[in-house]
Amino acid sequence: MSDLWGLFLMAAFVDNMPLTLFLGLCTFLALSKRTEAALGLGVAMTGVLAVTVPLNHLIHKALLAPGAWAWAGMPELDLTYLSLIAFIGVIAASVQLLEMVIDRYFPAVHAAFGVFLPLLTVQCAILGGSLFMVERNYDLAESAVFGLGSGVGFAVAVAMLGAIRTRLAYADLPAGLRGLGIAFVLAGLMSLGFASFSQMAAAQ
Amino acid sequence: MANRSEMWRTLSDPLIRQNPVTLQILGICSALAVTTTLATAVTMSISLTVVLTLSAGLVSTIRRHIPDTIRLIVQIVIVASLVIVIDQVLQAYFAEISRALSVYVGLITTNCLVLGRTEAYARHNAPLPAMVDAFGNGLGYSLILILLGGLRELFGKGELFGREVLPLADAGGWFTPLSLMLLAPSAFFLLGLLVWVVRSFYPEQAEAPEHTPPLGAEPAE
Repeated sequence: MSDLWGLFLMAAFVDNMPLTLFLGLCTFLALSKRTEAALGLGVAMTGVLAVTVPLNHLIHKALLAPGAWAWAGMPELDLTYLSLIAFIGVIAASVQLLEMVIDRYFPAVHAAFGVFLPLLTVQCAILGGSLFMVERNYDLAESAVFGLGSGVGFAVAVAMLGAIRTRLAYADLPAGLRGLGIAFVLAGLMSLGFASFSQMAAAQ
Repeated sequence: MANRSEMWRTLSDPLIRQNPVTLQILGICSALAVTTTLATAVTMSISLTVVLTLSAGLVSTIRRHIPDTIRLIVQIVIVASLVIVIDQVLQAYFAEISRALSVYVGLITTNCLVLGRTEAYARHNAPLPAMVDAFGNGLGYSLILILLGGLRELFGKGELFGREVLPLADAGGWFTPLSLMLLAPSAFFLLGLLVWVVRSFYPEQAEAPEHTPPLGAEPAE
């Protein structure tokens, strides 16, 4: 159990998706101008990551991994090269499904951040989560925790950046640094902060 | 031949003035992640330029046959197939670099630059200009990557392409490597400063003080 908790903390803070692994930066920077939008994005990310990573794990194990077709008399069959297309398909489908479920049962939530959901199909952090899951050989429970942790880490980071940028709207910055430039510098400073988490992990 | 200068502009515009990374906010993820050494940055640049050019050509060739409603899925499948080819080639012939790049080669699939260009340009233009535009954007992206990769490797390790350039203090030289350069934060700082430099040369790119969306263009992600 404590292993899973450790994995959760690692995924959320030490290997923070946008700040340490540079995944999902495009939306991270584009949608963090306001705190509310940033929070919506974070929640949507968490939901999608927590669903797609374990789902892709099952598909990878059952259909794509070397030897997965042994029961059908084809033990040599290795379909791992198909994983990219399969994962993208699963992500697109589950994003669509998630959107329909939220629309049906939580219309208020859907209205609040509905626009971000379809965008998440081509979010590198989500595909990255699945690819890391394969590369690091997580089992089902681990991949579920990893997905959830990564999503929470992303949500924390994007909400913080959104809050800082909202305050910075009133700052008098050099013209060239306004907007994108200062967002990078801020992300760099936050990344410095998150780097200290990796020291914590190393000390354990 | 008549539109040669136009072609030239399509190719050269994205290099600095319309650079995909510093102006369009496209393809940032990989631009930062793979630039700890020059070798990985160059590999990534070549892979991305190849995928970008070919996918723009393909999408533009069949652009009249793609139904509008499912065009995103068609584009993603085309891109993903090309990325799989590149990934297999890298694994076969450049195993070491492929391992260093880890999942980031696969992530070219969702690189917003690729989808952004196919969506914004290749979908409405003939194959040749589409490929020229994609190639130009690929070069602009490569320029940033190689610049960042070179700076980070030079000051982080005192090397370029793994060969010593600045003699290290440990080995009797004078240069103490800045290990911060190899960590995540420096990538953000360098790119932020780069954006600043570019926008100082092109003041019209600077963002308006408040309440304006960045540059009027939503990133394609």
